[in-house]
Amino acid sequence: MGNESWSLWMSAVLGGTLIGLASGGLMLFNGRIAGISGMFHQTVAGSHEAWRWTFLAGLVLAGAVALLFFPSLLPAAATPISSSGIGDTLMVVAAGLLVGFGTRMASGCTSGHGVCGLARFSVRSLAAVVTFLTVGILVTFLIGVFGGGA
Amino acid sequence: MKHITASIAALVLGFIFGLGLLVSGMVDPANVKGFLDVTGHTYGAWRPQLLAVLGAGMMVTTVIYLLAKRRKHPLVEAGFHWPHATVIDRRLILGSALFGAGWAVAGYCPGPALVAVGSFSTNAVIFVVAMAAGGYLQHVLQHKLAAR
Repeated sequence: MGNESWSLWMSAVLGGTLIGLASGGLMLFNGRIAGISGMFHQTVAGSHEAWRWTFLAGLVLAGAVALLFFPSLLPAAATPISSSGIGDTLMVVAAGLLVGFGTRMASGCTSGHGVCGLARFSVRSLAAVVTFLTVGILVTFLIGVFGGGA
Repeated sequence: MKHITASIAALVLGFIFGLGLLVSGMVDPANVKGFLDVTGHTYGAWRPQLLAVLGAGMMVTTVIYLLAKRRKHPLVEAGFHWPHATVIDRRLILGSALFGAGWAVAGYCPGPALVAVGSFSTNAVIFVVAMAAGGYLQHVLQHKLAAR
């Protein structure tokens, strides 16, 4: 295993630990599941519960702080200058529609069903995780066969 | 006062979650696409590291959940809101399948996309607006079907 691969594993574990601290922390402090798609859809629908807004604001703030102070944390795709043609943009729109529609339909995404659902040993969440991983892997393979993707 | 404390706690936790997403590599769509490319056929090589993000995130959450379950109420709110749904139905599976397809195409799931909005990624902004529209569309369709 090369050095680069090793450092990717370390970052993954460190990042995952921070995600776990925040997910567990939201239950310990606020009594809530850290399900980001749920918070997002409720907020878009005009939720009056402030914690949803502030948690999401914290996520956005992390991106802004990284841009200002730790730009090396940001991949090129997450910086203001990201070149993409109209075809790519249409794929991003299609993907966003699918993710929005799908997560609201399934009441959860990688955070709510993934991290939090598996952490409380929910079989329902496990079914969701197996489904979105399987379809994600399948669609990635099909992109390789037929082309496309953003 | 309690409301303000709860909101600040959520803000700090959201920020830590966002930092975790940044450090872990989840905010880089190329990483996510590489993770889903288990055969390496589409993008050249499998990048298995994101498994460790889910693994570490889940394990740490499990431990804190066990601590939370020993308490009568959370630290800054009145009660715990543990989910009660257990049913595995068409809605769960079809919704998760659609989500998985979109995740693979863009390399973004909701959290990382919101972090990348904060760093002014144009694609992430477009993605998040479309995500809001997709969620709204699902909500409207659900109600139409229920009304029939």
